[in-house]
Amino acid sequence: MTFNQKSICDQFPVLRRTVHGKRLVYLDNAATTLKPKSVIEAINHYNSEGTANIHRGVHLLSEEATDKFEKSRVAMAKFVNAPTQNEIVFTSGSTMSLNIIALGWGGAFVGKDDEIILSRLEHHSNIVPWQLLAQRVGCRIRVIPINDRGELNLSVFRELLNPRTKIVSVSAVSNALGTINPIEEICHEARKIGALSIIDGSQAMSHTPVDVQKIGCDFLVFSGHKMYAETGSGGFYGRKECLEKMPPVFGGGDMIRSVSFEKTTFAPPPFKFEAGTPNISGVLSLTPAINFINEVGFSAIQRHEHELLEYGTETLSRINGLKWIGQAEHRAGVLSFVLEGIHPHDLGTLLDQEGVAIRTGHHCAQPVMQYFKVPATARASLAIYNTREDIDALAYALRKAQEVFA
Amino acid sequence: MSSSNTELYQQVILEHNRKPRNFGKLEGCTNQSEGYNPLCGDHIWIYLNVEDDVVQDIKFEGDGCAICKASTSMMTMALKGKTKDEARKIFDQFHKMVLGQLHPDKDPHELGRLAMFQNIWQYPSRVKCAALSWHTFVGALNNESSVSTE
Repeated sequence: MTFNQKSICDQFPVLRRTVHGKRLVYLDNAATTLKPKSVIEAINHYNSEGTANIHRGVHLLSEEATDKFEKSRVAMAKFVNAPTQNEIVFTSGSTMSLNIIALGWGGAFVGKDDEIILSRLEHHSNIVPWQLLAQRVGCRIRVIPINDRGELNLSVFRELLNPRTKIVSVSAVSNALGTINPIEEICHEARKIGALSIIDGSQAMSHTPVDVQKIGCDFLVFSGHKMYAETGSGGFYGRKECLEKMPPVFGGGDMIRSVSFEKTTFAPPPFKFEAGTPNISGVLSLTPAINFINEVGFSAIQRHEHELLEYGTETLSRINGLKWIGQAEHRAGVLSFVLEGIHPHDLGTLLDQEGVAIRTGHHCAQPVMQYFKVPATARASLAIYNTREDIDALAYALRKAQEVFA
Repeated sequence: MSSSNTELYQQVILEHNRKPRNFGKLEGCTNQSEGYNPLCGDHIWIYLNVEDDVVQDIKFEGDGCAICKASTSMMTMALKGKTKDEARKIFDQFHKMVLGQLHPDKDPHELGRLAMFQNIWQYPSRVKCAALSWHTFVGALNNESSVSTE
């Protein structure tokens, strides 16, 4: 499909609103992406015409909802190239997925003095569940360090690997800096010593193709709301053998085969990990979100976002006193920086007054901030509907903030 | 919502941000407390010398956004020499003001120049920036070693 910026922007109703009388310039896509009309319609349709619980009723509405729910599983399996749809588990998103794997797999197969390798770039959601596990079972957490560009040091990673390494859990793309990590190589090394590999795909799914078989990971976690679907949707891919081996974490309805007070047997994966009524409209919204991404196409998405990243880097580099935080050679659409003399939090407020929405803070990645010795950064993160005009508006707002603080 | 930045970032606030008053450590102080806002990383230490129920001296260290630093700097000027009761009263008024519950234009107050923070309640994500050092001050008065606004 040829890339038509206007027709893409037209699909996002929020882009039509104004903020403080200015056109909304939404550059906080690493926090959450805006939702296209097709996603909003799917959610609305479920709530206004298709409301029913899934996997149980024999009435028409329940059958329709179940059918759509399972079609989202098929769509998601295809999207990440999982061999079968039963390797896709739906949860509320990446954070919940990582907690389930830490509790389920970690609780069953990680013991005292075992080791878990994470990276310095991880979001708190890929740190804290492992720390909680470490407190419970007495395992150790080892960390892959980064360099000044915000790239992982793979030779140290190889040195960290040893027979006690049970899990390697790393993000595909850093949320704070945009660094694209060499996950295929990391998973390959992990597999060689028999460690479980987990990839946090949160920041990758809407920007680059994610193929679990090519990556060679055992688990991949993702959040729907960072790939144009509803908040509270998402899940994880788990390799068939891993899902069969991993015990369930939450008990309840929908995850059992039979229940008696003497003995309960569990449903097969993925259902044994899906206790209770899920976020049905959220899961239903994944199908149109995936369709949207596929219709635009990853080659167009990558070309567009890469061009914008280059334009943004060039444009903002001309601003006096701007210091980049993390300039990895392989980087997704994230511009992370500090401006001399203006705290990022003040910058966030001043930019908001110009209609420009960016994230300012530690981005739930405090170890990254500690490495660069800053309390916070300003982060502009890109999506398919962003334009050069958005970058120009950001640059204009930054200069205006400098005038206020001059 | 206010449409002008200047209402929040007034010259006096920017000036205090550039040149904070009473900045530095107070050696041998009688009371101290640490304030931290994990949301934005504002991190402030308040040092007091309290004698005969009077805040004889007050200093601060740390780093934060302009609102936090200016609020802290102006707070030290406002509270130095006040009795503990007077200081708590000013804290109460400031606290009510930043929450939009006290309007300096019509309600009686003893806030003086601190009234310039009156618009901050229109910026809900920034209220904590202005309030952090005040909570930390009360923490120091109460001999609490640390205060968090989260």
